Amino acid sequence: MMSALEIKELAISRGGRPLFQGLNLNLGAGQACALTGRNGSGKTSLLRAIAGLLSVDTGEIAFGGQDSDQARRTEIHLVGHADGLKSGQTARDELAFWTRWTGGNPSSMDSAIDRLDIRRLLDLEIRRLSAGQKRRLALARLLAAPRTLWLLDEPLSPLDSVWRTRFGEMMGDHLRSGGMIVAAIHDPLPIPAQVLEINP
Amino acid sequence: MISAPAFLSNPERFMAFSRWAAPLFGATAVLLAVTGLWLGFTAPEDYQQGDTVRIMFIHVPAAWLSMFAYICLGIASFLSLVFRHALADAAAKSAAPLGAGFTALALVTGSLWGRPMWGTWWVWDARLTSVLVLFLFYLAYMALRSALDDEAKAARACAILALVGLVNLPVVHWSVNWWNSLHQGVTVFAKGGPKMAPVFLVPLLLMVLAYMAAFGALWLVRIRGEVWRRRADAALSRLART
Amino acid sequence: MSLAWELLKRETALAWGRGGGPLVSAGFYLGVATLLPLAAGPEPARLAAVAPGVAWVTLALATLLGLDRLFERDYEDGALDLLTLSPLPLEFVCALKCLGQWLATGLPLALAAPITEIALGGSPALAPLVLISAMIGGLAFAFAGGIGAALSLGARRGGLLTAVIVLPLFTPPVIFGGGALDAFASGLPWGAGFVLLCAYATAAIALGPLAMAAACRNALS
Repeated sequence: MMSALEIKELAISRGGRPLFQGLNLNLGAGQACALTGRNGSGKTSLLRAIAGLLSVDTGEIAFGGQDSDQARRTEIHLVGHADGLKSGQTARDELAFWTRWTGGNPSSMDSAIDRLDIRRLLDLEIRRLSAGQKRRLALARLLAAPRTLWLLDEPLSPLDSVWRTRFGEMMGDHLRSGGMIVAAIHDPLPIPAQVLEINP
Repeated sequence: MISAPAFLSNPERFMAFSRWAAPLFGATAVLLAVTGLWLGFTAPEDYQQGDTVRIMFIHVPAAWLSMFAYICLGIASFLSLVFRHALADAAAKSAAPLGAGFTALALVTGSLWGRPMWGTWWVWDARLTSVLVLFLFYLAYMALRSALDDEAKAARACAILALVGLVNLPVVHWSVNWWNSLHQGVTVFAKGGPKMAPVFLVPLLLMVLAYMAAFGALWLVRIRGEVWRRRADAALSRLART
Repeated sequence: MSLAWELLKRETALAWGRGGGPLVSAGFYLGVATLLPLAAGPEPARLAAVAPGVAWVTLALATLLGLDRLFERDYEDGALDLLTLSPLPLEFVCALKCLGQWLATGLPLALAAPITEIALGGSPALAPLVLISAMIGGLAFAFAGGIGAALSLGARRGGLLTAVIVLPLFTPPVIFGGGALDAFASGLPWGAGFVLLCAYATAAIALGPLAMAAACRNALS
């Protein structure tokens, strides 16, 4: 299991434009970090760089001594702006596939379904779901397969206040079990977290 | 060989070098072309092809350059992909329209030559067909370049495409030859046929050199233009941010 | 390995819904088979002469159906991000996507190919070779086509662009397959063309995923 996330002197640019430089972050097991900053400051880019989707200019991203390619393949969950859900598929097919894909099993998937209260949605096609329901389905992936580091891009935005609280509890549980969370967010995270403000 | 790209990868040194190299290449091209054309047009008529043989001096170098430019495009793309040299990408981007131009010239002059020789504008001869496919590759490269807005992404996508083409083009060339032998088409160029007389060979070689010098000059000018465009672009983005 | 199987099942199902399936491909072939006599004249001798070639070229063009959406939809909805976060290498993921595309569109098209060929008046003896070469050629088209689909990710006019990129790559397999069919129809040895077609398909399956994965990483970055 991944024990830490260490980012040293990171610089990223997009389309020839530097987003930030000299960014540092140290996250240990059971800790969370809230990324704040104005629109376009590079919160999403930082999350994608941690996930290995985006190349960095300088600096390094390390996963507590674990091989970074290996860590990304087995220890990272990503919930981005786009949910990665196919409109024509049923919610059950989608959740089952992504659960398998990220290394979960049927029993963990079952408890994730209950936790996010999506059982009655399972036989519906994705296109029939509301934005909040889709997000809950996407968040169910986090619980359905145990992975250490959660990278969340505005995870709360389509959720109502009840679900914001409930997902806060889920994040708290994840941290207590030794997990780590990096979330790009405008509102305060509903859990204790260090705040990293990204300035251009 | 290694030192040349390393030397040119520095934009400042490249700009200083190309500033005098481009006009030099251009002047060389004009000189060689004038000599080549003069020798070519004063050469006696071919006993079989008559006056039309002179299209050769325009056509054959264009066909050679169409392939030469693709090799340049491939090498520049490789350097841009592996070493992420912005200048290598500018070189690849600038080579594509030039290569397409030479390829189009080869196709058009080939067709003009074909009319009196074969009695038709176009035959599905192996050479013509593979040059046509080469032209399609250039078109695909330029279409991809123009359809991607993000320049860094366009650079890498185009470099991948150019390398795919570099692997595929010999296969295309070979397959078209194979296809032509299968169909027993008109044998235009007799195997081991009459050797070319020096009176044709000398102007032809001069013209090939002239084309290469012209390509070099135009390529350098286009790369310079691309470097300037990127500088202006960067300046504009800086302006937008302040 | 079960992970690969899961992905293959999913990709095949998605490709099926994206314009694959026997109905669309059969319809496409039927359409071409109807249009050709209308455009070229109904004389049986003329049609029979071009029947194998038309069946073969139609296969190449029909492969373009849905090809532009092969990576585009996953790219837009974020699924491509998630596909990279798994133990399977992205190259392998790309290969499975192409295989799924082939199962959903290439295979039904290959089954329709001999029917088209016979309907146009081609020799029934040619049908087995048309079927086999359409299956193998379809693989070559799917894997070469995947390169174009991955390269045009994020581009304006993606669909047309994919076709422009892909058609030059289709030249060798079209030649080899067409050559084999032509040779068979005129009673000549057809093995060479067929073997070359298999070789091109093998090379496309081996090398295509490398280019596709590189193109996908580039598009995501």
